[in-house]
Amino acid sequence: MYSSEATQASNFVQGVDQAFLIILGISFFFLIGLTVVMLVFVYKYNKKRHPKPTQIEGSVKLELLWTIIPFALTMLMFYIGWAGWKPMHNPPKDAMEVTVYGRMWNFSFEYENGKRTDTLYLPKDKAVKLNLVAMDVLHSLYIPAFRVKQDMVPGKKDNFMWFEPQKEGEYELFCAEYCGLQHSYMYTSVKVMEDSTFTNWLTDTTMVASAAEVESPTATGRRIMQSIGCFACHSIDGSKLVGPSFKGIWGEEQTVVTGGDEREIVVDEEYIRRSIYDPNADVVDGFNKGLMLSYEGQLSEDDITNIIEYLKTLK
Amino acid sequence: MHTTHAENEANYLKYKGKYKGLLGWILSTDHKRIGLLYLYSIGTMFIVGALLGLAMKFELLAPGKTIMNAQTYNATFTVHGVIMIFMIVVPGLPAVFGNFLMPIMIGAKDVAFPKLNLLSWYLYVAGVFLVLSALLFGSGTPDTGWTFYAPYSFKTGTNLLPAVFGAFVLGFSSILTGLNFLVTIHRLRCPGLKWTKLPLFVWTLYGTAWIQLLATPVVGITLVLIALERVFGVGIFDPALGGDPILYQHLFWIYSHPAVYIMILPAMGAISEIIPTFSQKHVFGYKAIIASTMAIAFVGWLVWGHHMYTAGMSGTAQYYFSLLTFIVAIPSAIKVFNWISTMYKGSINIQTPFYWAVSFIFVFMIGGLSGLVLGALSTNVYVHDTAFVVGHFHYIVFGGTGFSFFAAIHYWFPKIFGRMYDKAWANIGWLVFFIGFLALYTPMFYLGLMGMPRRYYDYLEEFHGGNILSTFGSWILATGLIIIITNLVRSARKGPKAESNPWHGKTLEWAVPSPPPLENFDEIPVIAEDDGPYNYK
Repeated sequence: MYSSEATQASNFVQGVDQAFLIILGISFFFLIGLTVVMLVFVYKYNKKRHPKPTQIEGSVKLELLWTIIPFALTMLMFYIGWAGWKPMHNPPKDAMEVTVYGRMWNFSFEYENGKRTDTLYLPKDKAVKLNLVAMDVLHSLYIPAFRVKQDMVPGKKDNFMWFEPQKEGEYELFCAEYCGLQHSYMYTSVKVMEDSTFTNWLTDTTMVASAAEVESPTATGRRIMQSIGCFACHSIDGSKLVGPSFKGIWGEEQTVVTGGDEREIVVDEEYIRRSIYDPNADVVDGFNKGLMLSYEGQLSEDDITNIIEYLKTLK
Repeated sequence: MHTTHAENEANYLKYKGKYKGLLGWILSTDHKRIGLLYLYSIGTMFIVGALLGLAMKFELLAPGKTIMNAQTYNATFTVHGVIMIFMIVVPGLPAVFGNFLMPIMIGAKDVAFPKLNLLSWYLYVAGVFLVLSALLFGSGTPDTGWTFYAPYSFKTGTNLLPAVFGAFVLGFSSILTGLNFLVTIHRLRCPGLKWTKLPLFVWTLYGTAWIQLLATPVVGITLVLIALERVFGVGIFDPALGGDPILYQHLFWIYSHPAVYIMILPAMGAISEIIPTFSQKHVFGYKAIIASTMAIAFVGWLVWGHHMYTAGMSGTAQYYFSLLTFIVAIPSAIKVFNWISTMYKGSINIQTPFYWAVSFIFVFMIGGLSGLVLGALSTNVYVHDTAFVVGHFHYIVFGGTGFSFFAAIHYWFPKIFGRMYDKAWANIGWLVFFIGFLALYTPMFYLGLMGMPRRYYDYLEEFHGGNILSTFGSWILATGLIIIITNLVRSARKGPKAESNPWHGKTLEWAVPSPPPLENFDEIPVIAEDDGPYNYK
């Protein structure tokens, strides 16, 4: 959010805001100045007050003047814009790396130790390099408070952005590139914490590795689904989104379309597994093919077992 | 420059040729009738596009669902964009006023290729129907945005191909009009009408025609490639097939950025006619305005990359695109300075077209200056793909081209229809529209600076205030539009008869009767050495 509250939330804020100030300042000066001059002319040279026009065809001096001055000003604005942008392309070598996966319609973040989340947790005063991976279509990672934005392009190598959060707090993170139906719901937040708090959070792998010991499979299943964004397209309350709702799905009889033919199935372990690994093989009647990507390689067999445990509870 | 006409000679509206009624219009190769065919078809599509815009603004009145679901909203902004860009502002002033007035302004009886001119209109109508068929048939209305960005445009299940093909056909209409105007301006100027005596509106049509002729094929090819990729799976843009989505953006903007100048140059041209006429004064800096027109037409080719600063181009490319973008701002600034200077020591007759022209300069300045924020690299990264961009281009495209279109229709209305509109209602319509416009689009700058991304069906509570104001603005603007259109439609049939030169203009169209006779001139006029389009002495 563009407000004084967020000032200095990242290392780029100062450079970008300075450019805003200068460009908007020059713009308002010219807008107000020219409008006033124009209105004065319209009033003063109204035919009631000025019945006989004076014919003037032009002035080379004036033309030169109002070519050179705008030229100098635009070059100044170009420079100031460039100066604030230049550092955005040179991440420090020791920056912490986080891989960001964008898909229709959620973000997920993977840390170097393998920890995955749906919210971006970051340490304060430490440079971060986000490696951007778009799974399906274009997305754009936008953190207004940090003044950064970068498109996520499928298939593009070396797709990254970097910044250094400088203030603790929670900030909005939006998808800025139109990506289909739920584009406006593709947002999450960035949580910036003290370095020590962050380290504790990051190394606390109990949440992932031995989740089964501390969490019930049901809770684990729900957390996994939350972190990879299943609920962007599948509701748990029976409302129809892009995909079928999970409510009461376990053991339900469904009509699916398999390779153009309709058939009846019962939702069981095998069906759910296939729907996650090969989502377009059987598509529930009334829904579109091709919207969901395979989660093979991202979800293990154990993950799916947990997910099934959770789905069973959604009566 | 004076020509005489027998009073009883049939004007172009009354003339009865081989065909009667509707056929007499849609088979007519008269440039004036074709201009009006465009006016009616563009006007109809404008009402459709405006209704879609109103529906979108209504949806954004409050967060969450207001009147439509997300899919409908996405389809609505897509169709709104396609209609407004490809069917209205691109053909816009050249197709309507260029067709009607350019041959008269250069002292010709018609354009160089009248039949080709009619074919352009047929192609326009065919393109319109093709696009509309995508709405009514098949697997759903396209939902990609008017930019058809890959690879989403290959993934969506909606009926995209007819829309893409329609845009392709509309492109041909544009190319043929450009070609026709180029040849006409080169070959059919009347004796004595040197290039340095050409009215500025004609000069801008000339610059525009080059862009139409040279840039439109690029988008045509791009749209064909989309079709090939969607139908046959050729991997050009879709990374899943080994293609490059950024290549698509380059090809799209190589056309679509110059297209912005197709939209704005003739708009600037109309303003350059209106201000001298109502100031009764020679235009200030005639040659500087021509030079800036041609500079825009040329440099406008080299700035498309400023739509893609965050897309992942090389840093060097971004550097150059930003530099050139700032350079292309200068000729526009020069024009503004010259227009305002034209008013200096004039004898200003404030009439409806002049109100539109002055408000055009105001909103165009806001549009242009907000473009500086977008041209600079660091500030662009922040506001790119936010509501700020939406505000900026509506200020340019609707504020610029739209205000100029209304200025032009109020300026040339007595010439085109031979009748005058109700001036009081016209002024009220302008004022209401102007207020509505400011209320509708100004909050978008604020919302963008707050960080609200564009193409959002739903938004967070913090963006609510700006959206409420914007939606109210859309209702005020719509009220203004209703007043303006009702007044014009009524006056075209029932208004008092207009004189041939009600504003005391000096360009050639004011020397022929209103409405003009079928062949414009009995005898081709001859321009004397000391005569010119802005000689008010």
